Parts: sequence; C-alpha cells; structure tokens
Amino acid sequence: MKENPGDNRPSSAERLAMYERMLLIRRVEERLGADFKAGKLIAGVHLYSGQEAVGVGVCQHLRDADWIASNHRGHGHFLAKGGDVRAMMAEIHAKVTGVCKGMGGTMHVADLSKGILGANGIVGGGISLICGAAYSQSLQGDGGVSVAFFGDGASTQGVMSEALNLSALWKLPMIFICENNLFSEFSRSDTVVAGRIVDRAGAYGVPGVQVDGNDLDAVWAAASQAVQRARNGEGPSFIEAFTYRMSGHVEAETGFLQGAKYRSEEEVQSWVERDPIQRQMAQLLSTQQATLDQLTDIEARVLAQVEDAVQFAIDSPPPPPEQALQFMFA
Amino acid sequence: MAKKRIIQAINEALVEEMTRDERVILFGEDVEISLFGDTRGLSQRFGPSRIRNTPISETLITGMALGAAAAGHRVVAHMMFANFTYTGFDSIANQAAKLRYMTGGQARLPVTYVAAYGGGRSIAAHHSDTPYPLLMNLGGIRVAVPATPEDAKGLMKSCIRSDSPSFFLEAGGRGGEMGEVPDGDYVTPWGKAAVRCTGGDVTVVAIGSMVKLAMAAAEVLRNEHSIHVEVIDPRTLVPLDEDCILSSVEKTGRLVLVDESRDSCSAASHIAAIVADKAFGSLRAPIRRVTVPDVAMPYAPNLERLVMPSVERIVATIQQLTDSRP
Repeated sequence: MKENPGDNRPSSAERLAMYERMLLIRRVEERLGADFKAGKLIAGVHLYSGQEAVGVGVCQHLRDADWIASNHRGHGHFLAKGGDVRAMMAEIHAKVTGVCKGMGGTMHVADLSKGILGANGIVGGGISLICGAAYSQSLQGDGGVSVAFFGDGASTQGVMSEALNLSALWKLPMIFICENNLFSEFSRSDTVVAGRIVDRAGAYGVPGVQVDGNDLDAVWAAASQAVQRARNGEGPSFIEAFTYRMSGHVEAETGFLQGAKYRSEEEVQSWVERDPIQRQMAQLLSTQQATLDQLTDIEARVLAQVEDAVQFAIDSPPPPPEQALQFMFA
Repeated sequence: MAKKRIIQAINEALVEEMTRDERVILFGEDVEISLFGDTRGLSQRFGPSRIRNTPISETLITGMALGAAAAGHRVVAHMMFANFTYTGFDSIANQAAKLRYMTGGQARLPVTYVAAYGGGRSIAAHHSDTPYPLLMNLGGIRVAVPATPEDAKGLMKSCIRSDSPSFFLEAGGRGGEMGEVPDGDYVTPWGKAAVRCTGGDVTVVAIGSMVKLAMAAAEVLRNEHSIHVEVIDPRTLVPLDEDCILSSVEKTGRLVLVDESRDSCSAASHIAAIVADKAFGSLRAPIRRVTVPDVAMPYAPNLERLVMPSVERIVATIQQLTDSRP
C-alpha cells in the first residue's frame, strides 16, 4: 500500500508487487482459457488478459476496507484486490471450497471480507452498489473509497449517468473506472457509444481523465490522484482507461459465433504488441529495478501458485445437494 | 394502547428504529417533505445525513440501498409509488433477491424498500399498481403487507431489523385509517397470519387493504344470510403462513381469496394452488378468487370501482359458494 499517494511513480517494491500480481492474473486466465478449450471447465469464462494494468494499478491504492464492484470479466479485479486464487479457482470449478461455495461461479466471484462486493453479470450492475457503499463510507467518515470497474459497454447504461449525478452532488468517495476495451460484447463500441465516454463525467462536474490502460504507471498515477481526492472528501473521479481484451468476449464464443468475425487478427496483434505485462517487464529490466533472475523467480512462483490453485479446485468436492435451498435469507 | 392512523404508526416505527439504531438511514425522492406523511419530521429530527432526498433516479436508488447496506448501514429506501419500483427493478430482481445466494451467504443486506400500492383514487395506471406477485416470485425478498396500524408499526420494525431485503407495502389510499396501536416496543413476526374473525362456513384470505372489505363482507353475510366467515390476514406474503390458511380451510371446506393485484399469477392464485395441493380433500366447493382483471388501472372512478374488489363482489362470491351448503 502506498504511504504517500501524492508521489507520481510507484516505488520499486510496489512495482515488483504489481508486476507479480499482473502476471498471476495473466497466468490464471491463460490456464482457464486452455482448460476451457480442453473441455475441463463447466462454463465459458470472460478473460481479463490484456487489461491487467488497470485492475492492478487501481487496486494498489486500496485497502481491504475499501470496496470494489466488478463485472462479468471479474477474475482480474478479484485477484488485484487481494482475493485468494485458490478460492477463486474452486469457485470457477463449482466447488464447495469456492469463495462463494459454488453458488456464483466465474461471473460472480465475490469476497466481501476483502471489500470485493461482487462481480456482476448485469452490465453496469455494480455501479449503483458502489455508489451506495460510497454513501455509507461518507457517513462513516473513515476515509474509505469505493471503486466501480465497468466497461465501455456499461457507459451506455442509464445508471452510470444517475450515479455521476448523485455522487457529484453528494461528494461521494466513489471512483468510476471505465475500462474501454473498444468492444461492447461483440459490437465495436464506436458503433454503439456516442462521443467520448470521459466527457460524460465532465457534464456533471466530475473530474475525468483518459489514460493508456496498458501503461501501469499511467493507471497507477491517475488512480493515485482519484483515491486521494476521495479520501479527502473531495468527491468522485472518473478514469477512462483504454485497453484491449486479448481474448474474445467469452471463451465459448468460437462455438456459437460459428466463424463469424468481429475483429481482425491484425488488430489483436497490434494490441499484443502493447501487452502491459511485457511493457512492465521491459521497464523493470531497463531501469534496473529488477534482474532477469528475479523475474524468472516470480514467473516460477506464479506458475506454482496457479497449478496449486487448479489442483485444489479439482480435489475439492462439489456443493452438497441441500445447499441448493440455502442462502436465500439471512 | 392508543388509536392512531396507519401513517402515524409507520412514522412512529421509523422514529423509534432510527433512535434505537444509529446505523438506520433513509433516502428516497422527496422524503424530507414526505408526500404520504410516513417520513414527515424525520429530517428535522435526525438531520440530513440520515434522511436524504435523492434525485429522481430509481435505477440507482434500489442498488445504492444494497451497497450501503453491505457497507454497514441499515437502509430504508423510499420508492414513493410502487410503480416506480419497476424503474428500479434491475437491482431488486438481479441484486437484492440474489446477492446473498450467489455469494454463498456472504452478503448481509438489511434493506427495506417502502412503497405505496393499490388503486381506488383515480390516479390511474402509473400510480396504482399492486406489485407483490412479482416480488413473491423473486424468492429472495421478504414482503410485508400490513392491514392495520398495529401491524404497520410492527412490520416496519421487522423489516428494518431484518438482515434480508424486504418490501414494506403500504396501501396508498389507507394511510388515514385509524386503529389501536400498542404502547412500547414490539415487532410483528414474519410468516404469522392473523385471524381477524372466526367462522365455520368459509375461509377468506384477504391481503392488505382487502382485509377491511373482507371484514365488512363478513358482517353482511353474518347478519343477513347467517353465513359465518373466517377472515385471515396473512400480514406477510413472504414468508407465508401456510399452516394458518390450511387449518382454516380444513375446518370450513371453502376458500375465497381477496387480492387487489391483477388475477394472473396473483398472490390469490398462488395461495389457491397451495390449498389445492395440500388441502384438496377438505374442499367442499371450488376455490374462488376476487381480484382485479388483467387490465391497467382505469382513471374513470366508475370503471375503477368496477375492476377493484368490493364488498358486494366478495359477498356475492361467498353466497354462490355457500348456496350448496349441506
């Protein structure tokens, strides 16, 4: 956690921690993608590969008591906020040891004890929840912050405008993180979204910035300012982070799209060349903040963690039948 | 005991619960001035941080209530007219009803949605709906529909103290009705029906504001036709006191349901299905429903009276059923 978020660059230690977390997300997602293709998963997964710098760069500034809400592409946010990789993997495998005991699954990983209010299958669904959490925090006056992660697709939901209006008026400690990955599911967002998304914030007097979402430093710095502003009681902020999903919308899509294309290989390749993890790796090495040996150790540690999580998930039992009728009421 | 109006009883419950627990907060459209009187005076008493007017943004309000509850408050979200909950229904159907289940029991969501329902005042189709059938179908929402000032106060307290999302539905046109309200702190329990009058010929289950009509019908039938009606007020629809209804039907052998929601998939048809399943052998006559036909609420008073359940319609329905009394 950053002691002085006014600094505009992360320390070397922070940078390494963020690198490891980004890599963990990537290797988890790659494993899930491979396991899906091999028929080892029960449902399609929406992978976060390519967007890791956004979740990690933002959550680096957050504490357990701060809240985040995520979307259907939620594995990355869950891990970035400190969610347990074993518990997430078991959840995706529908096991009773899962973080939600197998009741939510891949699109709904949540750990309320870590401030992860849930990943939402309703596009934009987390925005109102986070607005409420931010209101609660503002009343408690403990400097807590609430962050809504959503995509360019959610920017066209009415609730985003409603939340901008109210959070600005009430000066809530809320941060809007729009991960603009250029696609609203299978539609190019420039065909369904008018104008610049960040300008919606300006219309409500909410400070908004656009950043390169594949540049960890840029995300980290923008989030640092937004978090500071929220903790100081100065109100909400909006960050539009341009990024790209290296995988498709959902891993099952090759099946149901039946060969239909919605983006070109050239476009995907051009974003692979802007891989946020590769960029961070190059920076760590070129600025001598890490050695190749250190990075190799991190890679090995991450792979072992992923393997352990998968094995834990496979070895865990499914939920017992009686659980189908539990948990509806407190 | 003292005689109070329903709306006063609700107001008292809010004052007492906000005094009892400082985590209770309330927000919604125009709650500071209060259209119905239920939240009147709270703003002066508890201040702007606990009672707050929101923008007209129902989609946001319903979800905000849940987020604030997850983060530690006990939230009362006032939706004004029940029709406006449709605008905010995403978070009710997709979050409130499901969050606890889909997080494997992690989420504790003390939220009370308050809304005024029902017709009878020529405010037409966008201000007169009775939405509890939809809420019952969601599964994860508790639904309270008080018929008396006593229960209005006790059920509001039960809603606020519940760790699960609940709906408190107040009958829009009935806030001025008087009734005895006990002194001191009490709650009306979930899933415990009240038998409003006993009788051996026919069971009438009446919901919310329909209890008053059913009681009036029972009196007419007793005085003019010597038919003895047992009137049951379920008080909460989720959970529903099935045992009370079933044991009454086992005694009377006849069932009439009075419900001011539209007939298709109404609370009435749900209760009819339960009784047909579990007490078929006790029935000596078909189950009858007195509901609103599947139309929007008309504006013209004569048409509104025609579609709403009435004492006359309840009396006629019961007379038909009991014509063949042994």
